[in-house]
Amino acid sequence: MSRLENLFKAQSKRVLNVYCTAGYPNLNSTLQIMESLQENGANIIELGMPYSDPLADGEVIQVSSLHALSNGMTLQVLFEQLSEMRKTIHIPVILMGYMNPILQYGFEAFCMRAKEVGVDGLILPDLPLYEFENIYGKTIKDNGLDFIFLVTPETPEERLRKLDSLSSGFLYAVSSSATTGKDKDFSQVAIYLERLQQMNLKNPILVGFGIKDKQSFDAVNEFTNGAIIGSAYINALSKGEDVGVITKQFLNEVLGN
Amino acid sequence: MQAFNTQVNYQNPSIEGYYGEFGGAYIPEMLFKNVETLKVEYLKIMEDPTFIAEVDALLKDYVGRPTPLFFAERLSKEIGANIYLKREDLCHTGAHKINNTIGQIVLAKRLGKTKIIAETGAGQHGVATATVCALKGMECVVYMGEKDIERQAPNVARMKMLGAKVVPAKSGSKTLKDATNEAIRAWINEPNETHYIIGSVVGPHPYPDMVARFQSVISKEMRLQLKEKLGNELPTHVVACVGGGSNAAGAFYHFLNEPTVALVAVEAAGHGVFSGLSAATTQLGTHGILHGSKSIVMQTSDGQVVEPHSISAGLDYPGIGPLHAFLYESKRGTFLSATDEEALASAFHISQIEGIIPALETAHAFSVLPKLGLKPTDVVVVCLSGRGDKDLATYMEHL
Repeated sequence: MSRLENLFKAQSKRVLNVYCTAGYPNLNSTLQIMESLQENGANIIELGMPYSDPLADGEVIQVSSLHALSNGMTLQVLFEQLSEMRKTIHIPVILMGYMNPILQYGFEAFCMRAKEVGVDGLILPDLPLYEFENIYGKTIKDNGLDFIFLVTPETPEERLRKLDSLSSGFLYAVSSSATTGKDKDFSQVAIYLERLQQMNLKNPILVGFGIKDKQSFDAVNEFTNGAIIGSAYINALSKGEDVGVITKQFLNEVLGN
Repeated sequence: MQAFNTQVNYQNPSIEGYYGEFGGAYIPEMLFKNVETLKVEYLKIMEDPTFIAEVDALLKDYVGRPTPLFFAERLSKEIGANIYLKREDLCHTGAHKINNTIGQIVLAKRLGKTKIIAETGAGQHGVATATVCALKGMECVVYMGEKDIERQAPNVARMKMLGAKVVPAKSGSKTLKDATNEAIRAWINEPNETHYIIGSVVGPHPYPDMVARFQSVISKEMRLQLKEKLGNELPTHVVACVGGGSNAAGAFYHFLNEPTVALVAVEAAGHGVFSGLSAATTQLGTHGILHGSKSIVMQTSDGQVVEPHSISAGLDYPGIGPLHAFLYESKRGTFLSATDEEALASAFHISQIEGIIPALETAHAFSVLPKLGLKPTDVVVVCLSGRGDKDLATYMEHL
């Protein structure tokens, strides 16, 4: 059974996935941040693989990505940093990123290396359904990686069920059609999440985009299995103090500890 | 892993938007609905006789089509072949860009959209978009790199005068690539009422095909005009400059399946193809994904998109449309390049022997003519994609 499956079996509510950009704020802060997230109550770590042209991301994550790239982060460096992570990190780790750097690395080599270092799953927002089914999906599955599709309030039901059936680990519900880091009108989000809840999907659902604090985390948990926080955490990290202290404060606030 | 459309059909990509292995729609789910609607509707709308009539009337009476096919006598004598110029520089707003924006604005209206967004580099596509938005009473927002806003002030002023809002793209390198990113993000954030008018044959399917079809009026007219002048619709060569590749796609389109016609695409070599300051994508790029389609992309070995260089902002793009990537790889097209210096020299030369000041982009196309090994019987059409008024500041530095 995969780490993600185990996680959701043990915990069906208030699952917290925290996103951070690999190589941000410092090239070598990646592992320290991961350990700190694990220690302070995050259930899943989503590591962003920085890209020069991150289309689905808002300004905060874009800036952190460019920062990480100028720090010298590459996929090669990232995999070196992660090569010993399973000595200390026991929670699921997901890589999030865009197709272009992965194609340059070699898609198959990338999946093999990800599996080898102990990565559990992938979120690739610009890998479309058609290409997943016809080219890349098999390589992902053959390497035992979970693949998490995004769904939005505009995704038609039939397509949503298909994306659910092809996903494993969990399904990523984007709270509205928007880039990351935008504020959301929550009443609309609630209607959407309730609809998702009633669809009896195969996968657990985590909500992303617009989750930033205890209030928004609590609110989406009413309808789903948990949430993904990205921009708000990167914002906190950008304040430039000790990443351990920032992470502890941030997660304590979100989780209400 | 296999490429999944090996069938050669240059005019019609596969249902998923592939020319060979290039194309597709590598977009986040947040754009799915908009792109899917466009994909389902664009051919239906474009083939509707009332749509065709509306667009044709605008192209005739507003844009000024058909544009002339001009026999360049002095240039022909000098090169030793018959050189014809397709005068897209005579279009309203001064370049071929408006062929596409006219088509897309009428299409956007039929899709029930009320707001238009666009990206622009040098500002030509931005001006062409602002123009048709004024014509059709649509709200218009143009994303433009902060750096380009500084260096293309007259076009920024034109867009504003036409009533458009110009939003600086402040991310990344602050040029065309980033303006395109910002426009796509803006579309993600307000998908329902907004149509995104992409200015070149790039972006997710169906944009490359749709823009190529709107620009194909260029080669449609060329065929008729050649027939009229020479009794033969087919030239031996068609030459056009390529950034993203919209004027080249339009100039090549009706000759794509005519194997006797050589299609010559000219990229911007900047300071020299291998100087580190170049935009010759097919020479320097590798397979990759940029702005939603798989193509040839200038990038680092780690897959980060690099910033190109060209003296002409319109060719200063690190990618190329998927159709062109396919023409390059299948060798149907001949891809050459011209440096900044060669383009400048051509711009002055063409001005002085034909009395036409070409855009810097177009000047690149002229630079390769002496290198084609042309014979006296050859019939060459150069797509004169735009006029040089917008480049006067650059030209003045070299007077």
